[in-house]
Amino acid sequence: MAFTRKLCAVMLAVGVSTLALAAAVSAQTVGVTATEIKIGNTNPYSGPASAYGTIGKVIGAYFKKVNDDGGINGRKINYITYDDGYAPPKTVEMVRKLVEADQVALLFQTLGTPPNSAIHKYMNQQKVPHLFVATGATKWNDPKNFPWTMGFQPNYQTEGRVYAADVLKKHPNAKVGILYQNDDYGKDYLKGFEDGMGEAAKKMIVMKQSYEVTDPTIDSQIVNLKNSGATVFFNITIPKFAVQAIKKAHDIGWKPVHYLNNVSSSLATVLKPAGLEASKDLITALYMKEVTDPQWRNDKGFTDWVAFMKKYYPEGALDDQANAYGYNVAILMTLVLKQCGNDLSRENLMKQAASLKNVELPLLLPGIKVNTSPTDFAPIEQEQLARFNGEKWDLYGEIFDAFRKN
Amino acid sequence: MTSRLPRLLGLLALAGVACALPFFLTNFRLFQFTQVYIYAIAILGLNMLTGYNGQFSLGHGAFYAIGAYVSAIMMDRWNVHYAWTIPVAGVLCLVVGFLFGLPALRLEGLYLALATFSLALAVPQILKYFEHWTGGSQGLVLNKPNAPFGLKLNPDQWLYFLTLAVLVLLFWLGANLMRGRVGRAVVAIRDNHIAAEAMGVNTSLYKSLVFGVSAAYTGVAGALSASVIAYVAPDSFNVFLSITLLIGAVIGGMASISGAIFGALFIQFVPNWAQDISKAAPWAIFGVFLIVFMYVMPFGIAGAIRLLWIRTRRSRVALSPEPRETAATQAPRAT
Repeated sequence: MAFTRKLCAVMLAVGVSTLALAAAVSAQTVGVTATEIKIGNTNPYSGPASAYGTIGKVIGAYFKKVNDDGGINGRKINYITYDDGYAPPKTVEMVRKLVEADQVALLFQTLGTPPNSAIHKYMNQQKVPHLFVATGATKWNDPKNFPWTMGFQPNYQTEGRVYAADVLKKHPNAKVGILYQNDDYGKDYLKGFEDGMGEAAKKMIVMKQSYEVTDPTIDSQIVNLKNSGATVFFNITIPKFAVQAIKKAHDIGWKPVHYLNNVSSSLATVLKPAGLEASKDLITALYMKEVTDPQWRNDKGFTDWVAFMKKYYPEGALDDQANAYGYNVAILMTLVLKQCGNDLSRENLMKQAASLKNVELPLLLPGIKVNTSPTDFAPIEQEQLARFNGEKWDLYGEIFDAFRKN
Repeated sequence: MTSRLPRLLGLLALAGVACALPFFLTNFRLFQFTQVYIYAIAILGLNMLTGYNGQFSLGHGAFYAIGAYVSAIMMDRWNVHYAWTIPVAGVLCLVVGFLFGLPALRLEGLYLALATFSLALAVPQILKYFEHWTGGSQGLVLNKPNAPFGLKLNPDQWLYFLTLAVLVLLFWLGANLMRGRVGRAVVAIRDNHIAAEAMGVNTSLYKSLVFGVSAAYTGVAGALSASVIAYVAPDSFNVFLSITLLIGAVIGGMASISGAIFGALFIQFVPNWAQDISKAAPWAIFGVFLIVFMYVMPFGIAGAIRLLWIRTRRSRVALSPEPRETAATQAPRAT
């Protein structure tokens, strides 16, 4: 009898203290009060990568909309964003300011592979959520070693595999020529493509040409690729060189099956300058609605975005895909916060971010969904191939899911 | 002789404050001050070259990068203890700087500035080329060193003290170098190199040597930054870094040892204040700060302080019966 009573008392004590502890935790979460959630961010508003700075601004505009609509569970988002000029030492300083001085609850959408690399360890030592980083590198999906860091967009290697799968399926006897930018971005694509080709890579790839981002033109590389007799062309170039490559290939009468990386899939910045006629039949892999593509003009996701842009970020360009990207990811962040309910502890933030199931975002392609789990920190891993018909991208084939196929 | 005592006391008081900071400031502030000291070392190096010797460099970011990468590669590839990498980085930059200084002898003024600028442009790209060593544009992730000998300091505090120690050592060396025979020769070359040559100064040797020493200081600063940031990447050392260092040297005060610290404080904190004042146009605000500083203190912060000091002493001298030699003859001059 006495024993049971003691047990009851112990259990009661444990129960009460657990409750007290839980209450204390939610009250003491850094950066969260009854009326506010502090979110930190760094973006390159100046320096060589300042074209991306618009992402940081459109996110701020979206959070303002959320606050105007009443916030999240009664809490307003206090979004603090600093300029790091894309320089990693500055990122370290600004992120330490955010975490240690401003005391943000979490870090969101810090931009760039080198800046994020510089703070990767720090964030995980401090155990501060480092969510949905804006980079295409592969290393952010490593929940075992870096349980506080999570990526967002499909990485370049995944996309390379998408093209490889299509080449193997449709053109198994082709000769493949590749042009790539000689840096991590280009090599990541190349690796994904070669991995995807597997054994066939040695036999089918007849020529690889590279260029430096500082080169004035890539005309000679295109001529070499034509002379190699390649019938499939995998074009891993940024917009400036993509325009040149499409034009030059057209001018010298080279008509391979032309795979163009997603980086250069914009109608406004690549296909129109290169000439719509020359761009016909290009193939790319997409995961977002291309905002300059006329087929989305009456799409609800697109029109909502335009309305939002006009009201909250009128100075932002409507033909800049980065503004669509920032809008999408800000919506995802808001969703995670909502899902946390009243438990905004850092542990729960990570837990909720890692339990997204088939989430659709307004500017993702129909059918492409955000999925995460405690062992999968790569939110978007699906892409779909599209062919340019001279006016717009025609989606075709199934949605490629890197997670399922690997 | 009597003027030495207050100066010494002042320096001791400063050292005391610097040593006490880690126990009052947050780790973040401490990190910022560590960066100030690193910048100060780099700026002192640049100041020896530009301020004392009159050779313009827009490329010291390159030496900073070389120092950082030497340290990072030694730590990352060969597991060398970070403390050893700092002198090695300094010596290597000394050699590189000396060698670069030799052909640079033929270039004067603006042409030298352009030649060094090209160095600042080239180094980040060259770093990407040797990907096997440098990790390409992804850079190298390093470990932040812990305090040795079981000292009860966290890594931020330890790095602060380490940087402070290196700073004191290098400033002491630099001050002695510039105050002595070598320093006089270096300044003489700046003021009139024909006269200096006529006096028997080997101008080409001195110019190259100053270039080397200057690069060594900046390289040591770079090596320290590699440990403090615990990451190196080509993007860390863009052209803007070189220009920032020059801004620090000019704002702090050319041909001034203490000016390096003022300049470092300026380039560390003013951009942040500018950002706090206006998110929309921080660099415009920074520009306004720059112009105001240049207008109000044409000889830099150190020069302004010296002038103020001289003025207060003069007014005191005017009151005292016996005339004293003032430091007016040492008034700073622009180069």
